[in-house]
Amino acid sequence: MSASTNISNSNHDDHHHHKETWITKWIFSQDHKMIAKQYLIVGVLFMGFIGIAMSLLFRLQLAWPEQSFAVFDIFLGNWAPEGVMDPNIYLALITIHGTIMVFFVLTAGLSGTFSNLLIPLQIGARDMATGLLNMISFWLFFLSCMIMLASLFVEAGPAASGWTIYPPLSALPQAQPGSGMGMTLWLISMAIFIASSLLGSLNYIITVINLRTKGMSMFRLPLTIWAFLVTAIIGVISFPVLLSAALLLIMDRSFGTSFFLSDIFVQGEVLHYQGGSPVLFEHLFWFLGHPEVYIVILPALGITSEIIATNSRKPIFGYRAMIASILAIAFLSTVVWGHHMFISGMNPFLGSVFTFTTLLIAIPSAVKAFNYITTLWKGNLQFNPGMLFSIGLVSTFITGGLTGIILGDSTLDINVHDTYFVVAHFHLVMGISALYGLFAGVYHWFPKLFGRMMNKNLGYIHFWVTVISAYGVFFPMHFVGMAGLPRRYYTNTAFPYFDDLADINVVITIFSLLAGAAQLIFLYNFISSIFYGKKADQNPWKSTTLEWTAPVEHMHGNWPGEIPHVHRWAYDYSKPGHKDDFVTQTTPIGENEVETEH
Amino acid sequence: MTVLLTITILILTGIAVWQITKIFELSQIGLKKDDSQIATEKDNDLNGKLMFAFLVFIYLVTIYCFWAYTKVLLPESASEHGAIYDTLLWVSFAIILFAQTITQAVLHYFAYKYRGINNRKAYFFTHDNKLELIWTVIPAIIFFVLIIYGMITWGQIMNFGEEDEDDLVVELYAQQWNWKARYGGLDNVLGDANVRFLNDFDGKNAVGIDSSDPNGMDDFVVTQEFHLPVNRKVIFKMRSQDVLHSAYMPHFRAQMNCVPGMITEFSFTPTITTEEMRQNSDVVAKVNRINKIRYDKSQKLISKGEEGLDSYQFDYLLLCAKICGTSHFNMQMKIIVESEKDYKKWAVQQQTFSEIIQ
Repeated sequence: MSASTNISNSNHDDHHHHKETWITKWIFSQDHKMIAKQYLIVGVLFMGFIGIAMSLLFRLQLAWPEQSFAVFDIFLGNWAPEGVMDPNIYLALITIHGTIMVFFVLTAGLSGTFSNLLIPLQIGARDMATGLLNMISFWLFFLSCMIMLASLFVEAGPAASGWTIYPPLSALPQAQPGSGMGMTLWLISMAIFIASSLLGSLNYIITVINLRTKGMSMFRLPLTIWAFLVTAIIGVISFPVLLSAALLLIMDRSFGTSFFLSDIFVQGEVLHYQGGSPVLFEHLFWFLGHPEVYIVILPALGITSEIIATNSRKPIFGYRAMIASILAIAFLSTVVWGHHMFISGMNPFLGSVFTFTTLLIAIPSAVKAFNYITTLWKGNLQFNPGMLFSIGLVSTFITGGLTGIILGDSTLDINVHDTYFVVAHFHLVMGISALYGLFAGVYHWFPKLFGRMMNKNLGYIHFWVTVISAYGVFFPMHFVGMAGLPRRYYTNTAFPYFDDLADINVVITIFSLLAGAAQLIFLYNFISSIFYGKKADQNPWKSTTLEWTAPVEHMHGNWPGEIPHVHRWAYDYSKPGHKDDFVTQTTPIGENEVETEH
Repeated sequence: MTVLLTITILILTGIAVWQITKIFELSQIGLKKDDSQIATEKDNDLNGKLMFAFLVFIYLVTIYCFWAYTKVLLPESASEHGAIYDTLLWVSFAIILFAQTITQAVLHYFAYKYRGINNRKAYFFTHDNKLELIWTVIPAIIFFVLIIYGMITWGQIMNFGEEDEDDLVVELYAQQWNWKARYGGLDNVLGDANVRFLNDFDGKNAVGIDSSDPNGMDDFVVTQEFHLPVNRKVIFKMRSQDVLHSAYMPHFRAQMNCVPGMITEFSFTPTITTEEMRQNSDVVAKVNRINKIRYDKSQKLISKGEEGLDSYQFDYLLLCAKICGTSHFNMQMKIIVESEKDYKKWAVQQQTFSEIIQ
């Protein structure tokens, strides 16, 4: 390890003599901290704002179906004649909302921000293994964002076949307006996105494996780094499969191949496609799609592990069990994709297999939840906003995860598949949970990112309004699904049978508007704190990890002198025999001290 | 007008948020000089108590939802396997509710109990193999039981291709955006079909039956509603002509995707006729509620000079549950379950394929 440290040391010296211009500092920066900020602002704040705003638009339509709203008139224009939302644009909104939130905000935004910021700082490296690829990764991501947003301005509307873009709906422009130019742009944007994601992931893996400082063995790494590393590995394994699915779909759409299409009659015409199968696409899609939800949630769990330990002033309970469960989840996540396809027409025998693997994944997840709870036990909890969001994550992860027992069981899936029950489940377990992890991370590492503190009182208001409204949105939604209402319905008024769901829909929408408003508080707090926040101390949360030994002011190479060496694990909080309730990783083991067994 | 109203509301909300934060900040003045933006003992105390309040909130929401919304849930299952389905569902729900209640209680109680106090040191506790073994093994046992239980039920429901001569065969045919059902006719055998034949006979061949297959001649196709005899197993063969659809029959706990290019299958035995289900007390209550809502809406429509809504009568439904384009939300067909005698009477009235193409 020391050899590689020396190499990066000398690199760092070269770096210093480079002349820095405005463009290389702010735009085409290769510095991991700047790239992290770029991801945070573009991926999380900008794309996140658009994604959430879209959900509010279609929630309005669901609560007061086919009513005229001025906001529709303003934002949707011709797609909302006289302010009434068109069914096609409803489908487009849910599609783009899903795509933006899952891929752009919670994959690129979350990993891009925190992997980039924390990996070099927490393992003790001058920068990422290759800053150039890192920069290219961000700009590819930026390009894919722009293409996705450009697709909103296509005349026939953006892609509208759900974020899962199942063919033939997504393959045939005759089947719906969104499957024309909008879908083409969606596919191009995602192909670029995948390239960006792969470059980023490779960089994270290489950096963690090669550039750890002296003394930083794998079992001394903070759990954040473990989570980012494993997330990157899952990404490298599964994203290429989505790329191949996207390429084959492009071939079917544009070059007349029949990978996913067969025996199709649309608009009075028999199409030439023969022998393909949409089920094949579902397999390819979910081979990424399921690991994807762990790509989203694992970094959030890593972030909360770190924040809960720091703010409980206690070691994370069961450090090795946490690593083992991350690894178990990662492995199992690649063999459970079929639980999205129990009733897709695949052999029912496979249903049994996937039920088995799916329910197995609940075991490491349960271990994680129990370990978080035990970490709180007999702690001295400091309720900083980051801590609140971390506990919020554990709460929604449990509530949302538990209904997975129903959806992961092939039998029970039959009657709740593609209903609002699914929507409620995954929003709680990977949407809201991962967002909480994201917020926790922003509040906790804001001093590291911008050298200033965020306002804690605004943080408290943001947290409490958000958690209450998130429960208000997604808890009643389970009942809508159990009543038999399929998801992705523009309105349920076509079925008098569902008329008595109108009240619940109004309740859900009111809570979602409240939740949306709460995010404005966060946005305000974030922006004003960048400029007017209180100047941060070097180690405001009294944390043990390496990033807080670096100076507050950002500099190339992270540490002014030599890279600090590491002598202990990351969780020596409240260790008996020490005056302070934290011992930094750089503190050598004392003469009479025994290294913590973990 | 609405534009103006919306803008006003937005501005007022903005002002409200701004004022609330100002009040919050003003309330801090004079209380403490510390503006480090790091949680103080007072913050810990407040938020710890709020954590406990939040636990109460979760419980109240849960109780309220079960109290207020249980009535919107599906009525008792109208199919044979639905009974086993419902049992497994409620067993799973019992486990979920139990686990949810306990873990949320412990999580939020700890957050409340151990809220930070200055100068207290946390208990240094890194791991405990015995404890961790216990909470790995207990969920593992529960999940293994659930897995085995689920697999057995799945096997019973999907019954992996067993077919009996007596079973009624019905094809559900999906297209953007309606359903059709095809019956095998007297021989109870569906003739071969393919989308290539859809344009034969001037479009009268609604589901693309192959006219060279004699089995297809007595087939008949219905739209809007299809009938099923009670207590006889029905084997559904699903087809789609354009995009993915999903044949969802929630009252029978049945769903299967319709995939262009292949035939998918699902089977169940209806056990309750439509007439009987209309007498079910849950259904009666639901229909009354719905009709009240519809009546209120009608009054409003009529006062505006528009047409009122029809009153509603319960019917089993076939819906589409897989996103399929513009009118996905309105792709429906009625299912009538009736006695074998009534079913036969209905079946013989239908026009067979050979009659249509003549």
